Amino acid sequence: MTFQLLCFYAFAAVTTLAALGVITLRNSVHAVLCLVLTFFSTAAIWLLAEAEFLAVALVVVYVGAVMVLFLFVVMMLDIKQEPLREGFIRYLPVGIAVAAVMLAEMLALIGVRAMAQVPAPANPAGDSNIAWLGETLFTRFLLPFEIAALILTVGIIAAVALTLRRREGVRHQDPARQVAVDPRTRVRVVKMAAERGQEPAA
Amino acid sequence: MITLSHYIVLGTILFCLSVAGVFINRKNVIVLLMAIELMLLAVNVNFVAFSRFLGDASGQVFVFFILTVAAAESAIGLAILTLLFRNRSTINVAEIDSMKG
Repeated sequence: MTFQLLCFYAFAAVTTLAALGVITLRNSVHAVLCLVLTFFSTAAIWLLAEAEFLAVALVVVYVGAVMVLFLFVVMMLDIKQEPLREGFIRYLPVGIAVAAVMLAEMLALIGVRAMAQVPAPANPAGDSNIAWLGETLFTRFLLPFEIAALILTVGIIAAVALTLRRREGVRHQDPARQVAVDPRTRVRVVKMAAERGQEPAA
Repeated sequence: MITLSHYIVLGTILFCLSVAGVFINRKNVIVLLMAIELMLLAVNVNFVAFSRFLGDASGQVFVFFILTVAAAESAIGLAILTLLFRNRSTINVAEIDSMKG
């Protein structure tokens, strides 16, 4: 057993246990933190598979942005846990049964034994995984790349449009009206005779 | 030596765990969203492994796209979740039945 295989088993064990924690923990914040741990150990496994760019992207983009967004939402919402837990015990046997049957079926289907003999080929990326990935991404997959950017834009606009709300009874400024102000409507220059002092009584 | 089947078995276990999570946390929308994230991660593990063992960069490019779409999906999902909580003060799936579907 090589050192790499040992590392793989360690990270895979952490991944599986953390994923188990995600679906069973009572506290949602703990579940999100378990999901973060799952992503971290999966990134380590991708490093073992020599997919360096994706491993770093998973940690930076996913753990750094998406999971923090999850944490924000979970902490902002004042959720009572108890009503959400009812039925947990009731559905537990069903969940375990479905998962076990699915696992058995998938493992039988993909034929783990037959594929175990496939030797790992030399790394096609050569020295630089990023160069290999970038060349493919910006030549064969240029149009999907642009569409992915479009999807992200749609995501931003949709998220903002969904959560934007106009509160009633709150004083706020209207920048458009502020900019459109014409000085002539605000200041009126009045010509009038100068005031005379009262004539002193003789 | 790590073989292809190691990665595939890991991906399968992750996927089955997330399916079980969908079953046993039917009431909690947040955990449902997290189970979906786990499913996507399981698929990504398979993509990375096959990309490495077949020597084809397309697999890793697809992981890239899946990450993009998953980020957009979770952003919109969480926006809907906060909207739901603001209007109904609950995220219990069983109580969200106003459409009578």
